Amino acid sequence: MSTVLSPGTPAPDFSLRVTPDQKLSLSDLRGRPVILAFYPADWSPVCGDQMALYNEILPEFQKHNAELIGISVDGVWCHAAFAKDRNLHFPLLADFEPKGAVAKAYGAYFEAAGITERALFVIDKDGIIRWSYCSPIAVNPGADGILEALEALEK
Amino acid sequence: MAILKNPVGSQDHIQGNAKAPCTLVEYGDYECPNCGEAYPLVKQIQEHFGEQLRFVFRNFPMTNLHANAQAAAEVAEFAGTKGRFWEMHDLMLENQKRLGDDLYTELAKKLEIDPAALHESLEKKTFTKHVRDDFSGGMRSGVNGTPTFFINDRRHDGPKDFGHIVKAIDDAIAAKSSTSAKS
Repeated sequence: MSTVLSPGTPAPDFSLRVTPDQKLSLSDLRGRPVILAFYPADWSPVCGDQMALYNEILPEFQKHNAELIGISVDGVWCHAAFAKDRNLHFPLLADFEPKGAVAKAYGAYFEAAGITERALFVIDKDGIIRWSYCSPIAVNPGADGILEALEALEK
Repeated sequence: MAILKNPVGSQDHIQGNAKAPCTLVEYGDYECPNCGEAYPLVKQIQEHFGEQLRFVFRNFPMTNLHANAQAAAEVAEFAGTKGRFWEMHDLMLENQKRLGDDLYTELAKKLEIDPAALHESLEKKTFTKHVRDDFSGGMRSGVNGTPTFFINDRRHDGPKDFGHIVKAIDDAIAAKSSTSAKS
């Protein structure tokens, strides 16, 4: 498993496509907490899918004024189809070209398989990583860790 | 390792021996196909362990994926107030492709529950909070999709088939008897 960036590290900035004609930069979100959820691939089995879970929990993240972003190496059109099919209400970024560059910057790239790890980062309003977690690739980590990290930001 | 944060208690729907050495908690969604598949599996597991196992069902409706999941959960909770929770739970999972008002009316009649009172509880959202509280507790405990199982409060991350779940329960029972032998 990769060694992901640890708490205290400034979150590397990036600018990735969020739709075929639009990019999103991490620095655009400065001023509020950001949850970065790297995940291996769109279209994993429905009921256990991590993005579907976070979609369901989104109102809880919003209570903390936090922005949730999913990132995988899937392309924008794939993301668009996936988001539509699963009724997702948060952006999915395409770490597509150069492949996995952002995941690598966060220590969250699974080189052997050419996909991102299941890695989570909670970044504070000033752009500092305050919590990170890399889950075994086959285990969906759930949302408890993220929620605890968001609460800790407010302490 | 995710741990069940809200202990099983009197607010729960519990099946089986109250003093069983192992408790299996399922967070489920009545419209989720994987929960539909897990339903006969849980029955098999209960049969296998008998008095050694108690089973708890809590709601985790994935409402963005499953339009009927929330209402179905509320229907089962309503049935629970009439002492028919498990019958309704079973019937809902047996008929999960037909979830909707017509089915709720049909099942209410079958269980001798007043369908009008049932529909009124849905309209008044009487059980909405209860179901959301289940969801929220699950979210806090690391529920990561449906179904999620907790075996003696630890999330089961292994494969969800008969062999693996039985093994995990066997291990939990063994761990428990070795701790109680020490104390």
